[in-house]
Amino acid sequence: MASVAMVVNGKSITREVEGRTLLVDFLRDDLRLTGTHVGCDTSQCGACVVHVNGQSVKACAMFAIEADGAEVATIEGQANKDGSLNVIQQAFQDHHGLQCGFCTPGMVMTAAALLKENPKPTEAEVRSYLEGNICRCTGYHNIVKAIMAASGQDVTAIAAE
Amino acid sequence: MYAFEIERPGTIADAVKALQSDGAQALGGGQTLIPTLKARLAAPDVLVSLSAIGEMQGVCLSDDGALCIGAATTHATVARDAAAHFAGLAHLASHIGDPAVRNRGTIGGSLANNDPAACYPAAVLGTGATIITNARQIAADDYFQGMFTTALDEGEVITEVRFPIPQKSHYMKFVQPASRFALVGVFVAKYADGVRVAVTGASEEGVFRWHEAEAALSADFSPKALDALSVDADGMIGDLHGTPDYRAHLVKVMTGRAVTAAT
Repeated sequence: MASVAMVVNGKSITREVEGRTLLVDFLRDDLRLTGTHVGCDTSQCGACVVHVNGQSVKACAMFAIEADGAEVATIEGQANKDGSLNVIQQAFQDHHGLQCGFCTPGMVMTAAALLKENPKPTEAEVRSYLEGNICRCTGYHNIVKAIMAASGQDVTAIAAE
Repeated sequence: MYAFEIERPGTIADAVKALQSDGAQALGGGQTLIPTLKARLAAPDVLVSLSAIGEMQGVCLSDDGALCIGAATTHATVARDAAAHFAGLAHLASHIGDPAVRNRGTIGGSLANNDPAACYPAAVLGTGATIITNARQIAADDYFQGMFTTALDEGEVITEVRFPIPQKSHYMKFVQPASRFALVGVFVAKYADGVRVAVTGASEEGVFRWHEAEAALSADFSPKALDALSVDADGMIGDLHGTPDYRAHLVKVMTGRAVTAAT
């Protein structure tokens, strides 16, 4: 066992973990932050995307111990301070960017990373950035539309609702 | 996953020391190794994470004009920091896997693994780069020794990769859409003394140089120079994604496109 300390959604935490503990298992099982999902567990699907020091990573392909000293952001920390949905989350609701919702935490975290890097992405840039996030319900059109809308762009010409 | 110890040294010297123990293995970004551990295809007793070693991070220019990249530098960092100096390499790094994978995966990890469909081996062989380890310097032509096989000794760690910057270069990848690996990827680099062409994803022997194309492009750096050439399908990978003939054909097509797009 080793001690890890990190700041998760703004809160400092310290825990003992086994070397083999994945970051996603640490978040879900030790911290009970179950909004980060495990879809494939083979780093294909992106349901487990969180931010480590501001960068999107697949939490199923990183050990908790490697986040020692890092700032970690998960879907639980994305809402506005008053508890209302943030711009990206609200856009997913407005544009029906989810059906079953399983992939949504990863989609929202990836979208947040994209818009931080590239505040006004083109539709092609959004689709390319979502390469590592799989959704089996929506066909992606409304996810792309939601992210474009969250960036403040006119989405009337993009894929029918 | 089997239980193992994990160490996180802060210096190359400490990492080399930790790797001396029985059953120890280096962990780069883990984007291949961690799924491999989950599938129980590898079961090291000790993992030595290289992610906390500051002296293995970053991109810089050496005094003799080479681009030096610390082995623990992520693909995302290479994509950003190499762009002003070596556009072909930055382009390659920016198309590996997906954004989250690029934020973790490292150049040293990719080269130590030497997956036959990985992108970086094509750039390293296609530029004649130098692999620097804790013990020695290895020329690219001596480093790659077949699928998942390299010149690295047990416990040897890649610390840096040094690229001679070409006048023009490009990497063209035909993506296997599920994995984002190269079904065929070709790196073309033009130097004052000739052109180098390296191919990944195609051969059962891993990354290789296409010498006939190098000669033709050294005489005339245009896609037309490839017209008379063909690639032998013998020894090419055949799987459900493409036959050996298909891959051999793609090698020529991707090489031509890389020449056209080279900047």
